[in-house]
Amino acid sequence: MDNTFTPIEARKPPSSAIGPIAWMKESLFSSPVNTLLTVFFGYLIIRFVPPVIDWAFISANWVGTTQDECTKSGACWIFIKQWFSQLLYGSYPENLHWRVNLALIGLVAVVVLQFFLPQHLRRRVGWVSLLVYPLVSLWLMYGGFGLETVSTDKWGGFSLNILLAFAGILMSLPIGIIWALGRQSKMPFVRVVCISSIELFRGVPLITILFMGSVMLPLFFPAGVQLDKLMRAFIAITLFQSAYMAEVIRGGLQAIPKGQVEAANSLGLGYWKTMRLIVLPQALKISIPNIVNTFIALFKDTTLVLIIGLFEVLSTIQAALQNSNWLGGHHIEGYVFVAFVFWVFCYTMSRISVHIENKLNTGHSRS
Amino acid sequence: MQTNKSKNSSATPKAAFYNRAEVRSVVFQAIVFLGLAYFFYTIYNNTLTNMEARGIRTGFGFMSQPAGFDILLSLIPFEATDSYGRTFFVGLLNTLLVSAISIVFATLLGFLVGVSRLSSNWLVSKVATVFVETFRNIPLLLQIFFWYFAVLATLPGVRDSISLADSIFVNVRGLSVPKIVWSDGASIVFYALIAAIAGAFFLSRWARKRQESTGQPFPTLWANLGLIIGLPFIAFLLMGLPASIEVPKLEGFGFKGGMTLIPELVALTVALSVYTAAFIAEAVRAGVQSVSHGQVEAAAALGLPSAKVLRFVTIPQALRVIVPPLNSQYQNLIKNSSLAMAIGYPDLVAVFMGSTLNQVGQAVEIVFMTMMVYLIINLTLSMFMNWYNARIKLVER
Repeated sequence: MDNTFTPIEARKPPSSAIGPIAWMKESLFSSPVNTLLTVFFGYLIIRFVPPVIDWAFISANWVGTTQDECTKSGACWIFIKQWFSQLLYGSYPENLHWRVNLALIGLVAVVVLQFFLPQHLRRRVGWVSLLVYPLVSLWLMYGGFGLETVSTDKWGGFSLNILLAFAGILMSLPIGIIWALGRQSKMPFVRVVCISSIELFRGVPLITILFMGSVMLPLFFPAGVQLDKLMRAFIAITLFQSAYMAEVIRGGLQAIPKGQVEAANSLGLGYWKTMRLIVLPQALKISIPNIVNTFIALFKDTTLVLIIGLFEVLSTIQAALQNSNWLGGHHIEGYVFVAFVFWVFCYTMSRISVHIENKLNTGHSRS
Repeated sequence: MQTNKSKNSSATPKAAFYNRAEVRSVVFQAIVFLGLAYFFYTIYNNTLTNMEARGIRTGFGFMSQPAGFDILLSLIPFEATDSYGRTFFVGLLNTLLVSAISIVFATLLGFLVGVSRLSSNWLVSKVATVFVETFRNIPLLLQIFFWYFAVLATLPGVRDSISLADSIFVNVRGLSVPKIVWSDGASIVFYALIAAIAGAFFLSRWARKRQESTGQPFPTLWANLGLIIGLPFIAFLLMGLPASIEVPKLEGFGFKGGMTLIPELVALTVALSVYTAAFIAEAVRAGVQSVSHGQVEAAAALGLPSAKVLRFVTIPQALRVIVPPLNSQYQNLIKNSSLAMAIGYPDLVAVFMGSTLNQVGQAVEIVFMTMMVYLIINLTLSMFMNWYNARIKLVER
C-alpha cells in the first residue's frame, strides 16, 4: 500500500529569469527611459567616483606633521591629524583628556545600560544612572572636589557637541513631559501657558533663542550674578528642545486610547498616579523612535553654538583653517572630516531609531 | 435599579472641600499664576535695574535713527543714512527672498528624489537613497560652510569666469545671469498674465462642476497651460515685444548689466534646498508608499491608463500624507534660513539682531521683534498649509 503522493521535483526557473543578466534586464534596462537613466547615472558615477576615491585615499597624504609635506595631488589628512586632539577636546588641558574620555565612556555605558540590562534591573538602575550620570560627568568635566578645575571656556571640540546634545535631551525630557501634559490639561490657564511656551520656542529659529540666551539672559538676573556662556547656551538649547520634545510626547499621549485613563480612574487612581503608572509608560515607549529623531536633530543643531562663540567642533575647524601654519586651503578636508564624523553618528542613531520602531511595532504593519 | 442607584449615590459621603476636583483646579491654577507672575515680575525688575546700570535705553525710538552701516544686498533702496527701522525691512525681505527661492527648489528636488527612491531602476533608487542619507545626516551649518568656503570660494576670479554660452557667468563674486529689461507696454503683458490666471481658475472650476454633474471630462491641464502661456504671449506680440535681454558684460573689475546673485545667496540657497529636499524626499516616499497597492490595482482593473492612475488615484491620496510633514519642513526651512548669519548673508537675524543690535544695544526690543517676525511668518504659513490640507483631505461621511 505505497501510494503516497510524491510530487515530481520542481523545475528550475528558466535561465532568462534568474542570474545577473536577468536582474540587470529587470532592474536597470527594463524600458528605454530606464536604460537612459542607467546610462546617465552610470556615466556620472564612473566619471566622479574614482577621482574622489583617488583624492581621498590613494593620492592622499597621511604621514607628516606640517603643511609642506602635503602634495597638492590629494587630500591633506595631515591637517586633520595635527588638529585631531583640538577637534575632539577643544582646549581642554592635554593631561586631563582622560576625564573627558571617562565622561564619554560613561555616557555610552549609561545608554547601553538602558537597552541591555535584564528587565527587573532596568527600571531602577536605568533611572538612577540617568540621574547620577550628569552629576558625575559634570564633576569630571569641571573638576572640584579633589579634581583640578577646568573652566568651561576651555571645553570644546566634538566632545562638547556630544555632551551638549545629551545634556539638552536629558534636561528637555522632564520639561517636555510637563508641557505636553499641560497642553492636554483641562485647566484653561495651565493649558494656555503650556501652549504658548511650546509654540513660542518651536516657532522661532534656534539662533534667536541662542541670542536671547547670550544678550537678554544676563539682563534677567540680579546684578552681580554672572552666568557662564556655556550655561546660557545650554539654557537656550534646553528651551528650544523642550518645545520639540513636548510635541513628540503629545503625539505619544494622543496614541493612548481613552479607555486606559478611564480604566485607571475606575480603579481609583488619581491624575498623577494615572499618568505615572498607566499613561506615561505607554506614551513614552511609543515615543522613543521620535525622541531619538529629535536627539539627532539636536545633535546637528549643537553646531549652532559657534555663532555665539563657543568652540564646538565646527568653530574649531574654522579656527584651524585660519591658523597661519595651515593657510593652504584645507577647507574640503576639514569639512569632509567633520561631516563624516557627524554622518556616522547620525546615521547610526537613525538606524537604531528604525530598529526600535520595528521592534515596538508589534504586528500591525502590513508590508 | 433606579432607586437603588440614587440611594447609593446619596449615601456616598461628599468629598472633602479640599479634595473636590474643581476646587483643586482653581487652587492649582492660582498657584501657577502667582508663580509665573512673580517670575516675570522679578525678571522685569532685574532687567530694568540692569539696563539702567548699563545705560541702555528702552522703547522703540531707535527705529527712526540713522543706521550708519551698509547692507550687502537689499531689495529696497537702502543707504547708510537710512533708519534702523529700514534695516529691519531690508533684512526681512532678504529672509523672505532666500526662503522663497529655497522652498521652490527644495520642493522640486525633494519630489524628484522621493519619487526616484521608489523607482524600479535599481541604480536610480540607490542614488536617491545615498542622496537622502548623506544630506540629512550632516548638520546644515556645516553644509552651508562647505558650499560657501569650500566650493564657491574656490571658483575662479572675475576675469577667468566660467561662462555658459557667454551669457551666464560663474565666478568667486557670484553668479551673473542675463536680466530681462521691460520697456513700455510691459504692464499690459503683466495684466494679461493675471487675467489668464484668473481665467484658468474659473475654467477649472467650471470643468470640475461639469464633470461632477455630467461625467464629461475636460482637458483642464492643457487648456489652462495654453491660457496662462498663450494670453501673455499674444499680448507680448501685440505690444511689439516690449522687452529686451541684458547680458552681463565684463567691464573693468566686475560685471556690468544683467543680474548678479551674490555667493552668500547662492551658497545659502543650495545648502537649504539640498538639506530640506532630503527631508521632503522622505515625506514624499512615505506618502506614495502609504497608498495601498490595491488602489492602483483596482484603478488598473477599471481600465485607467497608468498616467491617469497616478493623477486620479495615487497622487490625491499620497498628498494627504505628504502635506503635513511638508508644512513642518517649510517652517524648518524658514527658521534655518537664519543660519545666513554664519556666512554673512544679510538676512533678518544678521542685519537686525546682528548689526543693529550691536550698535543700539537694546537687546529686549530687538530680540522680541525678531522672534515675533518668525512666529508670524510660521503661523501664516501654517494657516495656509492647514487650509490646503483641509481642502485635499479625505471627505468622510
